[in-house]
This record gives sequence, C-alpha cells and structure tokens, in this order.
Amino acid sequence: MTAVIEVTGLSKTFGSIRAVDDVSFTVEENKIYGLLGRNGAGKTTLMQLLTGQDFAMKGDIRVFGESPVENAHVLQRISFIKESQRYPDDFRVKHVFKSAPWFFANWDAEFAERLIGDFRLPLNQRIKKLSRGQLSSIGVIVGLASRAPLTFFDEPYLGLDAVARQTFYDRLLEDYAQNPRTVILSTHLIDEVANLLEHVLVIDQGRIIIDQDAESLRGTATAVVGVATAVDAFVGTREVIHRDRVGGLASVTIAGLDATERAAASAAGLELTPVSLQQLIIRRTNTSEREFEQSA
Amino acid sequence: MDESRPIFVQIAEQIENDIIGGALAEETQVPSTNEFAAFYRINPATALKGVNLLVDEGILYKKRGIGMFVADGAQGRLVTKRRDQFRAEFVRPLLMEAAKLGITSTQLSDMIRKEEQQ
Repeated sequence: MTAVIEVTGLSKTFGSIRAVDDVSFTVEENKIYGLLGRNGAGKTTLMQLLTGQDFAMKGDIRVFGESPVENAHVLQRISFIKESQRYPDDFRVKHVFKSAPWFFANWDAEFAERLIGDFRLPLNQRIKKLSRGQLSSIGVIVGLASRAPLTFFDEPYLGLDAVARQTFYDRLLEDYAQNPRTVILSTHLIDEVANLLEHVLVIDQGRIIIDQDAESLRGTATAVVGVATAVDAFVGTREVIHRDRVGGLASVTIAGLDATERAAASAAGLELTPVSLQQLIIRRTNTSEREFEQSA
Repeated sequence: MDESRPIFVQIAEQIENDIIGGALAEETQVPSTNEFAAFYRINPATALKGVNLLVDEGILYKKRGIGMFVADGAQGRLVTKRRDQFRAEFVRPLLMEAAKLGITSTQLSDMIRKEEQQ
C-alpha cells in the first residue's frame, strides 16, 4: 500500500488550546477515509495543516512524500472543499465552474455539468443570492469533478437536504469506483456515511483515538442489555465503554464478543444489541447523544 | 444492512440468496463489485471482500478480463450448506426452547403440521 499522507508527532496549539496534539497516522492511497469527531475536536485544523494552509508547531507532514507547505507540486493534486468556501463578490455560479479547470488538472467538465443538473444549480445566479444548501452543492460538485488524487470534504453539506446528500454519496461512490482516488470525508453524520468508508479516523481533543479499518471497527463493540445484576455479573472485569442504567435495567457497551461469549450471554437471559459506528464513537468520545447531535 | 454483522458477509449472503433463488443462474455473469457497491451503497472494497468470500468457497469464479461467474453446481452446494445452517440456527434453538417449555416432540410436530395447514 502506498501512503499518500504520513504524519508524525504533529502538534498545533492556539494559545492554551491543543487543537492537534502529538498526532501520528498514515493515509493509504485510493481509500475513502472518514475523519470523525465532535466540533472543536481538531478536524478542520488537521486538514488545514495537511493542505499547507496552516503551520505546524511540531512534527512532520508528508503529502505525496513532500511537505505540503507552499509546495505547488503537492497542492495541485489536492482538492479541499471547506464548510464555508468564499467566492469573489460579483461571482455567478457559472464563473466557479469556468475557473475550476485552471486549478485542477483532472477536471471533468462533463461530469460537472451532470452534477449541476443533479443538484439543480442555477448557473446564472449570483453566488451571494444562493441558499446555504445551493452554496454547499457548489462545493460538492467542485470536489467531485476536480477528481484530485487527494480530496478533502470538510462538512461539505451544510444546508443540503437528505435527497441532495444521498445524491452526493451516490455520485461519490460511482465516480470513486470508476476513478479511484483518496478521499477524506469529515462529518458529523456518521451513520449516513458509515458504509461508504473504508477506514475511520476519530479525533477527540486533538488526539487520534481511533485509527481503524471500518469493517473491523463495526465488530468491536456490543451492548449487553438486561437486569442490572445479571448484566454486571456478565460484564465482570471486562473493559466498559459505556454504561446506562434505568431502574433495575442496565445497558453496558463492551468490546465485541465471540460466538461462545454470545451464547453465554443469551443463556444468562441477556440481550445483545449491535452498536452503530456513530454510537460507538459517541461512547468512545464520552459524549451524550444529544450533545453530539447539537454539535452537528 | 443489519448493523450487527459485517457488511461483506451480508453482501455474500445476498449473492448466495440470488443463486439459490435462481436469479443468478449457474455459468452466468454476476454484477461487478462496483455495481454491487453502487446498488447497496457501500464502499467498493467491502463489496470486493464479499465477492472474494464466494470465490474462496468456489461459488463464484473469475474469468480473466471478463468478470465473475456463478460456478457449475453452486446452487446445489449452497442449498446443502444452508440446510446445515438451518439445523444449527433454527432447529436446535427450537428444540431447546421446546424442552424448556415442556413441549414433547410429538406435540412439536403437531404444531408444525397445524402451522403448515394455515
């Protein structure tokens, strides 16, 4: 596997806040990564460092084997779609798509046109007059049609409705299958994208707390539900990821169980329920579900 | 998709079901991994893993440069495998639960017969 990004001991602080705190990881070529975490966890800072838009205080970043900072050779192979992209004041939608090919060597105008139709973007509209969702769809289209070898989507869909988001996921998968490339998708909507991801990076308080294959991550947790005393007896000394209690009932999230352990649990009258990727991350980052949704 | 089991296993089962049901006939070509990925809205690498599971079991085979095909005799082998699974996953728990409730095997077969007539 070829590494597209190699990060070692990377740190970035803003005053007393450690936005990125001694982070090391690699990103392999032609996979779809999920960069997940709460607001303020350090996702955007990390992506800004990786794309040379901010300076690291410590550590080393290699993108395509080189430092990305002021390195045209690296940056021309990157497409970074931000949550709130700014455009020149007098720009109309069509101007964005006219200028995009100047920056992206692999720009596919035909694909862009198809996407403009999919998202029903009015080409002659002034950017200033667009709705939040329409603005987001410009970013999504640029990100997809640029076909950059390394594409970042940072919360690309503020204001996009469920139908438009599904269109984005479908087009991303289709085009990725035809034109494999490395995609890093940063999002709060974990359940929506869980099946698209091949690898998951979870950042919390500036640190990478999960760096794992998405498929293997799915099996790493189970919730054991039942009468509290029986649950506690079964859980014993196992590591507890999360614990909920309502009256005499308990729901405890623990590491994944093998077939024998599952049989033992059901023999003890306990119910085992799967833990979704989103729930797992919420539990690992010690956030309540409500808090997490509110931060979205 | 069911959250509790790996997606690639579910993809493999789905293809197996289509072979058992005859939707994918022996010696015909199956959709490409990319087509499976788009249809089930999953990562192509996951779809490939599911397909490879069936290649390893000899249910599908690769024709170089053309694609994946259903192997000769795949349907029969899958039915045999599923019958064994049926015993382990349905019949055994059924008997355990019946024993717990004091249902004799005669009563049990009566119940099954009645259920069939409905």
